Amino acid sequence: MSKFKKKKGGDLPAISTASLPDIVFMLLFFFMVATVMRDNSLKIQNTLPFADQTEKLDKKNLIMNIYAGKPSSRYAASAGTQARIQLNDKFADVNEIKSFILAERASKREEEVPFLITALKVDGDTNMGLVGDIKKELREVQALKINYTTRQGDATDNLN
Amino acid sequence: MARRSAPEVNAGSMADIAFLLLIFFLVTTTIATDRGISRKLPPPLDEQVEPPVLKQKNIFVVELNKNDDLLVEEAPMELKDLRAAAVAFLDNGGGSGDEACSYCQGEKDPASSDNPDKAVISLRNNRETSYATYIAVQNELVAAYNELRNREGERLYGKTFTQMELDVKDVNYSGSKNKLKDQIKKIQLMYPEKLSEAEPKK
Repeated sequence: MSKFKKKKGGDLPAISTASLPDIVFMLLFFFMVATVMRDNSLKIQNTLPFADQTEKLDKKNLIMNIYAGKPSSRYAASAGTQARIQLNDKFADVNEIKSFILAERASKREEEVPFLITALKVDGDTNMGLVGDIKKELREVQALKINYTTRQGDATDNLN
Repeated sequence: MARRSAPEVNAGSMADIAFLLLIFFLVTTTIATDRGISRKLPPPLDEQVEPPVLKQKNIFVVELNKNDDLLVEEAPMELKDLRAAAVAFLDNGGGSGDEACSYCQGEKDPASSDNPDKAVISLRNNRETSYATYIAVQNELVAAYNELRNREGERLYGKTFTQMELDVKDVNYSGSKNKLKDQIKKIQLMYPEKLSEAEPKK
């Protein structure tokens, strides 16, 4: 019998990782709740202009997105360098907007249709001619509620 | 034989699974909600209806040419001065008699608008105007309306118009929402947003 017992716990006891899943799940749930899935991938440059008199667009499912801008460099060869419209996942012409709006309306419940908002996500460098054409088409299908999507910032930043 | 207790399930890989999901959601997340300037387009034109005749002094012409220059009432102007100019025009209240404006605090210049209800801002742009400039001008004009509405909100109900609109959307708002909606309507009637956009010139 030795007088000197071997000291216990010379090295640190292993840290319990049992609560690690809980922490990770907590983070997971946060991101699941806060997530908004990107529904279409952009084929155009889309640097939105700045504005500060903005309103929030809450109801994601009641928004129809129309993108416009110059094709990004990957698509410049096939789509040209002039500003184009993008509906869903593909380039479109101005005259396709009507059928796009009608298709979007048909996919919503009837009582939701009057509350649909068209969000125009247009690149800052685009000419107003294209935007004017879009607006003209929207007026013809009675899609009158529009929203110019912008970034939060001072309006004078747009000028440089 | 003694009853065997159920073997403990190894939960060590739970964290891995959770991490996998976590990383997926991290990558797909875009937290920011979209914000923007909401506008209402005019309905398609009816050919038979004659456009109403407006007095020249009640129209505030804002024009953007193809070089993104800003012309207000045919004189060049810097963007930073536009808001003040639009406020001065809307709030002028130069009318008399039936057309007088009791709440306007402007200069009552007879050569400018009669009252906010009559005052129309006409925005014209060229096809070559850049969208960013157009949005900047829209923003300033909306800001002018908001500034006046905020002022009236403060004066009548002790709350800015912007705050009232936020409260209407707020689920946790404690007061009566119907009353608030009436107040908002009243202020909107005092300063109705009359922003006309002409077809762009070639």
